Amino acid sequence: MTGATTATAAATGNAAPARAGADPMRPLDREWSRFTPRQRLARWLVWLGVVAAVAWAVRSIDIIPEFLADAPAQMADLLVRMWPPDLAHYYPEVHTALVETLHIATLGTILAFFLAVPVALLAARNICHIAPLNWLAQLVLVASRSVNSLVWALIFVAVFGPGAAAGVFAIAFRSIGFVGKLLAEALEEASPGPVEALRAAGAGWGATMLKAVWPQVRPAFWGIALFRWDINVRESAVLGLVGAGGIGVVLNDAIDFFQWDRVATVLLAILAVVLVAEVVVNRIRGRLI
Amino acid sequence: MSASGHAAAAPRRPFAPSWGFRLGMLALVAYTAYAVPQLGLSWERLAVGFGEAGRFLARMVPPNFTRWELLVEGLVESLQIAVLASAIGIALSLPLGVLAARNLAPWWINAPVRGVIAICRSLHYVIVAILFVKAIGFGALAGVAALVVASVGFIAKLFAEALEEISMKPVEAVRAAGAGTMAVLIYAVLPQVASRFVGFCLYQLDSNLRNSTLVGIVGAGGIGGTLFAAFKRFDYDFVSAILIAIIAMIFLAELVSGRVRAALR
Repeated sequence: MTGATTATAAATGNAAPARAGADPMRPLDREWSRFTPRQRLARWLVWLGVVAAVAWAVRSIDIIPEFLADAPAQMADLLVRMWPPDLAHYYPEVHTALVETLHIATLGTILAFFLAVPVALLAARNICHIAPLNWLAQLVLVASRSVNSLVWALIFVAVFGPGAAAGVFAIAFRSIGFVGKLLAEALEEASPGPVEALRAAGAGWGATMLKAVWPQVRPAFWGIALFRWDINVRESAVLGLVGAGGIGVVLNDAIDFFQWDRVATVLLAILAVVLVAEVVVNRIRGRLI
Repeated sequence: MSASGHAAAAPRRPFAPSWGFRLGMLALVAYTAYAVPQLGLSWERLAVGFGEAGRFLARMVPPNFTRWELLVEGLVESLQIAVLASAIGIALSLPLGVLAARNLAPWWINAPVRGVIAICRSLHYVIVAILFVKAIGFGALAGVAALVVASVGFIAKLFAEALEEISMKPVEAVRAAGAGTMAVLIYAVLPQVASRFVGFCLYQLDSNLRNSTLVGIVGAGGIGGTLFAAFKRFDYDFVSAILIAIIAMIFLAELVSGRVRAALR
């Protein structure tokens, strides 16, 4: 009891020493709130902004009501046409396209790493000490990430012509930004101790990189490589829609001929490959890291 | 004898690349040598390609902004698709995330919900967009539907993972006080994960904005359709204008969401 009263006295003394004499219970009547009025106003403004954005989008988006009305019927029709999947179509056509897709994803990832490692070294501030080069490397990484892989594929189809070459380059150029950014972050987190130790022992730049930096970033490196390969398998499946090789070409042909049972086969093949790739990547990651 | 042999070998060990590493590199080179001819890649083709790339870039160089109305119209539609897809996707992901969390839902509910989320995630959004274009016609609606599926696949999974990491003590306390399921969710679960949820939602809005610039390639509305049409007409100066506009919009969105995220933290 006494402990409680002294504690209240201390609290009132801290909170409002001037008014404590008038009414000792008064400061306890104060209402506590989690946010200041300004924070509350800011939160309300954010919510208002969200609601306004959604309302604006709903009101002004160009949706054709007839299409919306018969959407369920059309969906049902599509599913009926897809069933049963034309599994006889799988071999050899879909199979070879699937193998080509995997080659595109893997070669694209390898090429991406060849191109991204130098850029990442330039972007890491603790490795390259020249600020303009850091900025240039960051710009390259941002540009690579901002352009979607399908847009890269359009560009490389214009450059190399339709085919898997465009796909490999599209995958590689899209991956540079992702791989380079994560690799540069891993490099910047590397402890400077081993680097200084090797430099003090008279090691050259190459030896420092190989023996002081590489062991520190190796787990991150393999993690990034596996993660990106997994993403690239998914992305390379659609590159064929713009003519950049792989299973997307087969999918596009089947859609253009309205052979929906074949479309279902291709979709099942893509789904299976993506799921298998995810399981494989998780297995390898579990073993490596 | 063996001790001196060990001493002689020891200093070299830390610096020699391991055999696993060497074999891995060898396998990588062998695979590349095997796969490159499979895809019909050759030096002549690449050389011709790089020549073409020069001409292609030269034709892109003065970006042509004269048809800016078309550009703005496409960008605004992409923005609308992204906003709507994010709103609907988040609204669907909240209940699905709760149902997929192993600590909040029984296994006979969370297993099928997890399966649905995994399927949403496995199919690339462009493929989903094609199916929706065939099913519900050309236009922005198909784009919204496709991105809703992609959003559910992504954020419902993150929601479920965040929910599985919460401390169960507040949940037990609120439940012991006699609260119903909704009250438990609102007073014990939500406060623990609200800030992470907001982060996921912002991230998804960002990625929906990127993706909404693309679904137009298959006819699902937005700037992608304009871009694809410009490519097909070899209108490369307009293509470069569109690409610059897309990159600027994404960069701006990243800045804004970064600010909002910093303000919320």
